[in-house]
Amino acid sequence: MAEELLKLENIYKNFGNVKVLKDVNIKINKGEVVALIGDNGAGKSTLIKVITGVHSPNSGKVFFKNKEVQIKSVAQSRKMGIEAVYQERALCDQQELFRNIFAGREITNSFGFLDIKKQRKEAEKILRDYIGFTSKAITVDSQVMGLSGGEKQGVAFGRSLYFNSDLIVLDEPTMGLSIQETEKVLNFVKGLKKENKSAIFIDHNIIHVYGAADRFIILDRGEVVGEFNKEEISREELVQKMIQLHESGKIKVED
Amino acid sequence: MSNLLNSYFVKTHKLEISITIIAIVLFLIYFLGAPHVFTRFPIYRAFMQSMPFFGIIAISATFVVTLGEIDLSFPSIVGITSLIFGMVMTSTDGNVFIAFILATSLGMFAGLVNGLLVTKIGIPSIVATIGTLFFWRGLVNVISQGSGIAIVDVADGTWHHMIFVEKLFGKIPMQFIWFIVLTGLMQWVYRYHKFGNHIHFVGDNKASAQMMGINVDNVKIIAFVQLGFFSALAGIFTMYEMLYFWPTQGEGLMLTTLAAVFVGGTSVFGGKGTIFGTFIGVLIIGSLESGIVALGLSGFYVKFINGLMITVAVTVYALIQRRKN
Repeated sequence: MAEELLKLENIYKNFGNVKVLKDVNIKINKGEVVALIGDNGAGKSTLIKVITGVHSPNSGKVFFKNKEVQIKSVAQSRKMGIEAVYQERALCDQQELFRNIFAGREITNSFGFLDIKKQRKEAEKILRDYIGFTSKAITVDSQVMGLSGGEKQGVAFGRSLYFNSDLIVLDEPTMGLSIQETEKVLNFVKGLKKENKSAIFIDHNIIHVYGAADRFIILDRGEVVGEFNKEEISREELVQKMIQLHESGKIKVED
Repeated sequence: MSNLLNSYFVKTHKLEISITIIAIVLFLIYFLGAPHVFTRFPIYRAFMQSMPFFGIIAISATFVVTLGEIDLSFPSIVGITSLIFGMVMTSTDGNVFIAFILATSLGMFAGLVNGLLVTKIGIPSIVATIGTLFFWRGLVNVISQGSGIAIVDVADGTWHHMIFVEKLFGKIPMQFIWFIVLTGLMQWVYRYHKFGNHIHFVGDNKASAQMMGINVDNVKIIAFVQLGFFSALAGIFTMYEMLYFWPTQGEGLMLTTLAAVFVGGTSVFGGKGTIFGTFIGVLIIGSLESGIVALGLSGFYVKFINGLMITVAVTVYALIQRRKN
């Protein structure tokens, strides 16, 4: 029996009168990669924002490492070991890499002044050991601006590994990337499993999802309407399900 | 030479180097054009005397501008805090501690109001601070009823007058020493303190900063509060220099202060800036008026050349930035 890392129970989330999440129950085990799929507006983004502390649910329970928790802020979720890797929002463009790696978690003395030397040294270690950047063009002092989309996410992955996160949340990690870059990012995701880390990710590309995830959770209009292990379903069947859902607005979960 | 140009320091300090060169060229023009004035000490003493009043605010405002925000209300914060300082000084027979604490607290409160309007209510800072600009100035007029306050009896010849504005070794105005010390301190905070670091991230990309666990609202509020504090401080320096409060105090500061920040190279779009650049910006903007007159041009040129400097500087920075992208 796999060890449970995160469990959401009966999560509801409204924005005003709009019910964005309705009675969502999901579970993520250690070392497992779970994909959230569904149409635009299905509630995927809201769900991961509940997990990362950007939004609080209106009702429902969240368990992390078998303890009930209330995640009220991003800083708190990061401290617990949940880290988001957003393609567009992972890093700040005009700031140096080493500052980006430690933003919000700076190494400081007791007066709050940064230990720049240590940050740069640790950042070098992260680039080399966790991400495998060997190119001379990218150093810890580079501005993020010059990095490609895949490289940016690489840095964000390295950061989450360095800070020993247990659960990594990925929002559309392959959107807009070239084929090679996509390959790199999917390799990062696969690499997480080796470290016994878990990940939850959203992607519109079923082919990418199928390659990288162990389990698929289908959301539709705020509800979980299907859940499959990879062994239970072929890629073609998964695509078929999504087409059905799209056409009929309903999915056959029973078969 | 090419080695020097490609060095790491040069690459990462292009803005600072450009602005320093501009300042050197400007002072060379003064020097060659009006040697009778610029080879003698008094002009520099006059600069050191007058620049700190808006220079202190410019350094502090660099934090707010780096956030991608703006504060237009500081001239009125200078006004209201100077008024309170004057009133408390005269009514307590020169109790500088109480006067200082009340004036700077009020400055911080005014900054807090700006910060809350921007973050919690969600009013764009340019609009919110136009509101508070009028509000605090209006309050000054209502309270003072248009009359000034002389603090000469309670301030002149005191130890506090000495440490605020008298001349060190009979030559260097104390406010300039304070200005240098504060600039150094703020530079340190700006680049090497967690708060300065957060300022850069929030100004760069608010959403990303939030995703990295930075409390965006708090960072902004603190930035406005410190600007309120330093506006009050600048007002107090001015009071000691003039020994008088007048109800329009601070009104001339807006353009020179913001011009110094922008000429200094801090990006209007946020995320990038330099305290050193602002410091040089203060030297440039603060010297223009006397410099132009000393060169023999009429005072009518001052605004014109001021405007030219600002426009050229921000254009050059925008082009440097664009090439980078």
